[in-house]
Amino acid sequence: MRGPTRAGWAACAVAVALAATGCGGGGDGGAGGEDGIVSSSWSDPQNPLEPANTNEVQGGKVLDMIFRGLKKYDPKTGAATDMMAESIETDDSVNFTVRIKDGWTFSNGEKVTAKSYVDAWNYGADLRNNQKNAYFFGYIDGYEQVHPESGEPSATSLSGLKVVDDLTFTVKLSQKFSTWPDTLGYSAFAPLPQSFFDDHDAWLDQPVGNGPYTLQSYDRGTKAELRRWDDYPGPDGAQNGGIDLMVYTDNNTAYTDLIAGNLDLVDDIPAAQLRNVGSDLGDRYINTPAGIIQTLAFPFYDDAWDTPDGNKVRTGISRAINREQITETIFQSTRTPAKDWTSPVLGEDGGFDDTLCGDACEYDPAEAKRLIEEGGGLPGGQIKISYNTDTGSHKDWVDAVCNSINNALGDDQACIGNPIGTFADFRNQIGEQRMPGPFRAGWQMDYPLIQNFLQPLYYTNASSNDGKWSNQEFDDLVDRANAETDTATAVDTFQQAEEVVRDQMAAVPLWYQNGSAGYSERISNVTLNPFSVPVYNEITVN
Amino acid sequence: MGRYVIRRLLQMIPVFFGTTLLIFLMVNVMGDPVAGLCGDRQCDPATAAQLRKEFGLDKPVWQQYLTYMGNVFTGDFGTAFNGQEVTELMADAFPVTIRLTLVAIFFEIVIGITLGVVTGLRRGRPVDTGVLVLTLVVIAVPTFVTGLLVQLLLGIKWGWIDPSVSSSAPLDELIVPGLVLASVSLAYVTRLTRTSIAENLRADYVRTAKAKGLPRGRVIRRHLLRNSLIPVVTFIGTDIGALMGGAIVTERIFNIHGVGYQLYQGILRQNTQTVVGFVTVLVIVFLLANLLVDLLYAVLDPRIRYA
Repeated sequence: MRGPTRAGWAACAVAVALAATGCGGGGDGGAGGEDGIVSSSWSDPQNPLEPANTNEVQGGKVLDMIFRGLKKYDPKTGAATDMMAESIETDDSVNFTVRIKDGWTFSNGEKVTAKSYVDAWNYGADLRNNQKNAYFFGYIDGYEQVHPESGEPSATSLSGLKVVDDLTFTVKLSQKFSTWPDTLGYSAFAPLPQSFFDDHDAWLDQPVGNGPYTLQSYDRGTKAELRRWDDYPGPDGAQNGGIDLMVYTDNNTAYTDLIAGNLDLVDDIPAAQLRNVGSDLGDRYINTPAGIIQTLAFPFYDDAWDTPDGNKVRTGISRAINREQITETIFQSTRTPAKDWTSPVLGEDGGFDDTLCGDACEYDPAEAKRLIEEGGGLPGGQIKISYNTDTGSHKDWVDAVCNSINNALGDDQACIGNPIGTFADFRNQIGEQRMPGPFRAGWQMDYPLIQNFLQPLYYTNASSNDGKWSNQEFDDLVDRANAETDTATAVDTFQQAEEVVRDQMAAVPLWYQNGSAGYSERISNVTLNPFSVPVYNEITVN
Repeated sequence: MGRYVIRRLLQMIPVFFGTTLLIFLMVNVMGDPVAGLCGDRQCDPATAAQLRKEFGLDKPVWQQYLTYMGNVFTGDFGTAFNGQEVTELMADAFPVTIRLTLVAIFFEIVIGITLGVVTGLRRGRPVDTGVLVLTLVVIAVPTFVTGLLVQLLLGIKWGWIDPSVSSSAPLDELIVPGLVLASVSLAYVTRLTRTSIAENLRADYVRTAKAKGLPRGRVIRRHLLRNSLIPVVTFIGTDIGALMGGAIVTERIFNIHGVGYQLYQGILRQNTQTVVGFVTVLVIVFLLANLLVDLLYAVLDPRIRYA
């Protein structure tokens, strides 16, 4: 199909040796129109493909295509809209009644029922199943029994889940959480067919779901072929014949293949190519905001950083960073200077506020120097910014940030980078609380709620509170916001909590990250959703 | 001869255990692999503990090593984090890399030795100087530059080849990557052969052969080349091991899902099972290639005897 044919072998050899005329090349011979197949770049998912065990984008792409849950996040606005849910009702923000739509089946013909959901969630929460997304079920009553902090689980199912009939189940949460239904678009909450439980290994080899695509073949580490499921009952059926996800060893190679016309879609433009992307692709390059924010977190477990006047030092550091210049020169405007601790994809109603950080995020070297001196100076006279070197070219921006701080303070030793070889080691040192100073912290939202940008990161002992920041006022405000039944009031209260984060400068917001992608002339209608994943089902083949 | 081979094979056993232990320890020094599994957040402690138990990471290192070696001898190389058996990964990766290595070795032998003989026989002539300069350039330019340049020119600008190799990696698609991979070694082979040929050209046996009136071609092939090949064979033999494990750069550039790529990914994800498994096999390949080289000496030079 692709590449030189066997007959061209000899010709190729000659061409290579003698620089004679061409061979090779040749695009995909596949059909166009509704049945056209789109080839897209991919990298090998880190974990087996199961909903409650996939916590990174690559595996998430497949799950997004083969599963549909109770809710789906609108690819444009990010709002959680009902997908399989007929209704999710509550009177007290604790007890929810979930009714699902009739007529949905898995692609193997099995009916999707309330039991498909309850079984899947029980499986995901159970400690014995090693599911990395188990904590998503942590708000459901009975989680401590199936997933204790230590020791063996004392139950096999969540006591808060009850099947009422084929299409109804009830959920009891362990605390008030008014916007809980909006979290249900995350793929961890997908329903699972009986075959998942009957023959787990076989299911993992070829996952079966209820989404617009079926996984026709999955060759781990190489390729996944997804094909349109013609009997898909949902409203968002595939507009193309299928998607081939091709594993690339390097995103530069994928980009090269796109330029050469061998690949239709690349959703990870290498940093080195950002300069050329305009001339290479023109308007076939997309660069849209995604629910990702990059920050600098601080080691509050280190007494030197946890001083009463520390907030002045931290605010000073924030004001010493020239975000505009760095995002323009280093990221070619694929990042936007941060103005708060959330993301533009939430929208004004969702809690994004580009005035919230205000002065504290404005570059002002003189003021920065004054604040840091007032706060007692940099701990140890120097800060080391830790980052991992193996992914995402972090060295460039860390050096630029340090440069900016050094210039502001007039001391070329005020800030240095502290590179750590691998991401795993970086996470390891964070986990063991060994960070010698500020460190790179990135947050990609799980669901588009302001709660997701604050609670997991800054609440006392929260799952991603790597700096171990703790503030009673913030915690109280988050608790109040979660208990609020009116969404607008809840968002307001969360913003008040965010103001505490600002006043204490719990983390320095750096920039919002955009999703970027490029595509070939063969396809159109390519967009990225707020999670920076291509909206595969809407792509059309010319 | 037979006893020599057996002795060499026995010598491999301590080398084998030593290298695997070393690799095992080195991967372990990198820290806890579970920490990297949960993305930009902490794994919840209960799940992390459970995962450590499942992968056997909660046991002391020496016990992990013993268990691992025990499993290796029953053909079980463990499971990668994505749930794939390491043996399955090997079955995917090794054939691809072996093909790539064969292509590279083929170029080294054919082009390298030919150029070496030609330049060795025509010392000081323009051909010699030209090739000398060329080899210097090739050795001086890093492989990733050559690779990217070739990919850009042949793959995009001129469109002769596909810039990336498809997942099945057939031989014809591996010609260009193989040439890139071979380029530096090829230059060394050329220079080695040249020096060796030039030296032996003045040897007594060559003069004798010429004096006997043997045809020139026969003198070069049977007498001169055969004696000059010993250092070259040594080099190519050790190069097999290096090419198989060290093709990381070339494999990444040309999207070849071979051993180098799997190792690279294994190291990034601190996947002990993958890294140790692949390196173990590479160690064996390296040892066998060296044995083969030593045996080839006897074939090339009848004066060398093994007992």
